[in-house]
Amino acid sequence: MTELNKLGLAGARDALRSGDVTSKDLTEACLTAIHGAGALNAFVHNTPDVALAQADAADKRLAAGDAPAMCGLPIGIKDLFCTKGVPSQAGSRILQGFLPEYESTVSQNLFDNGAVMLGKLNMDEFAMGSSNETSVYGNAVNPWRRGNDDAALTPGGSSGGSAAAVAADLCLAATGTDTGGSIRQPAAFTGTVGIKPTYGRCSRWGIVAFASSLDQAGPMTKSVRDAAIMLEAMCGHDPKDSTSADLAVPNFEAALTGDIRGKKIGIPKEYRMDGMPEEIETLWQDGIAMMKDAGAEIVDISLPHTKYALPAYYVIAPAEASSNLARYDGVRYGHRATLEAGDGITEMYENTRAEGFGHEVQRRVMIGTYVLSAGFYDAYYNRARRVRSLIKKDFEDVFAQGIDSILTPATPSAAFGLGEMTDADPVAMYLNDVFTVTVNLAGLPGIAVPTGQNRQGLPLGLQLIGRPWEEADLLSSAYALEKAAGFVAKADKWW
Amino acid sequence: MSIDENTAARVAKLARIKVEPEALPALAQEFNNILGFIEQLNEVDIEGVEPMTSVTPQKLKRREDVVTDGDQQAKVLANAPDAREGFFAVPKVVE
Repeated sequence: MTELNKLGLAGARDALRSGDVTSKDLTEACLTAIHGAGALNAFVHNTPDVALAQADAADKRLAAGDAPAMCGLPIGIKDLFCTKGVPSQAGSRILQGFLPEYESTVSQNLFDNGAVMLGKLNMDEFAMGSSNETSVYGNAVNPWRRGNDDAALTPGGSSGGSAAAVAADLCLAATGTDTGGSIRQPAAFTGTVGIKPTYGRCSRWGIVAFASSLDQAGPMTKSVRDAAIMLEAMCGHDPKDSTSADLAVPNFEAALTGDIRGKKIGIPKEYRMDGMPEEIETLWQDGIAMMKDAGAEIVDISLPHTKYALPAYYVIAPAEASSNLARYDGVRYGHRATLEAGDGITEMYENTRAEGFGHEVQRRVMIGTYVLSAGFYDAYYNRARRVRSLIKKDFEDVFAQGIDSILTPATPSAAFGLGEMTDADPVAMYLNDVFTVTVNLAGLPGIAVPTGQNRQGLPLGLQLIGRPWEEADLLSSAYALEKAAGFVAKADKWW
Repeated sequence: MSIDENTAARVAKLARIKVEPEALPALAQEFNNILGFIEQLNEVDIEGVEPMTSVTPQKLKRREDVVTDGDQQAKVLANAPDAREGFFAVPKVVE
């Protein structure tokens, strides 16, 4: 069998169990693919020794008949996850040289399930960005191109390295994190599947914090079935994260019936934005028709506060970031600025943070500092938290009307060119998350599924939003959409 | 609300990020663009709405108030840019 790296999780799992391949074969195929894909800049710390040792252990478990769901499956881990003894920089200069003494709960859960770590994946610095252009490692590059145009495109962000790696078959799947759309937007830009579960499904322990009330980890995969398999392995209660939910984790794969007959799918009118490209509108209408053909009932709904989600997010997320990132002070870990004679501790803090943080991170930390400062706390931060309550209530109201899930575009456009937004106002970049950020503010599960391509051949995705804790039902609806769309295109290999 | 260079300098100071004086005008302009975007929130009627404290209604778990961890000095200091004699070392703080 050739090109084992092109398998998904489910296919590779079945091949491992039938004895057709070994985890060592799969792992070596991925390591070879990674070695040949430097141009994508997706993997930024390779861990072949860890991978081969884990593959060897997995092959022994498989031989002994003790094989959990992810046993022997090689994956990539976003740089935001702390991995014991392996660089974990969150894409930032300020964590250069940091080697965690501990393992994040999510990566530990995956390893306990037998997963094999190939290395760490590129991302926007501290997960702040929508194009992977704020990374200290440089841009990750989308394997997809506009027809024959060789202009480099963004894989999206912040989980850009994860999306590029999965789309280019450098690994079978990858972890991502999503604070405002950082799993779903890159998935849509690369023709892959990404799910952000309900807030509290995955432990945040050991994941470098950006905005703690919004951050969630999730899988980025080649299919909805793979997302179900990997999400189940990632989530579960963790006493080390007080916000992780003490709820039983369902068997997500077993729930993939794809039967959506009689399900009520809401179509929110507020997601029809002014100036939305025709290709996105067409994609959405096609998706609505697919769900209807599969037997779902399509219901027009209203989520009246949608317009205010992004402004609320750009108060709440920077506020939490300014607090979370206060820990980078040059004392306990990471970068410390070289001090001049006579410099005191204040100069050490200020120079360390000026040298260690990139522009976007500095900007957000300062915005957060401002909105939390005396005199502005009520006007900005508390107002944004009140608006957040209203956004959540919008969703509660439609779910109370019997809506099972909500279908929207995942992004307002296809992948754009690297550098195209460099001179744009930061707010223009923030608009990438216009369809995804509401889901984080309301704590809901959301999944991006590739369902079409634009005229230039770039992948486009739709988003399904589910009820809290009903990822199983959401995944099954996504599975129906995936089957109906039949998206199988892959980027032509140029790298 | 408009942010001038003095306010930008004050915010940078509060955030403990060194910003060179010549960078302040552009920074103030960026803040104004972002805050202008945020000001849309003023259109929303929030009368009687409670600020969200927890997105999923849940009671945080409690545990016995006992020591569950510790004795990891070497690990705690392992990543410090400057650790000496079992402590984090910093420039002189008290004159």
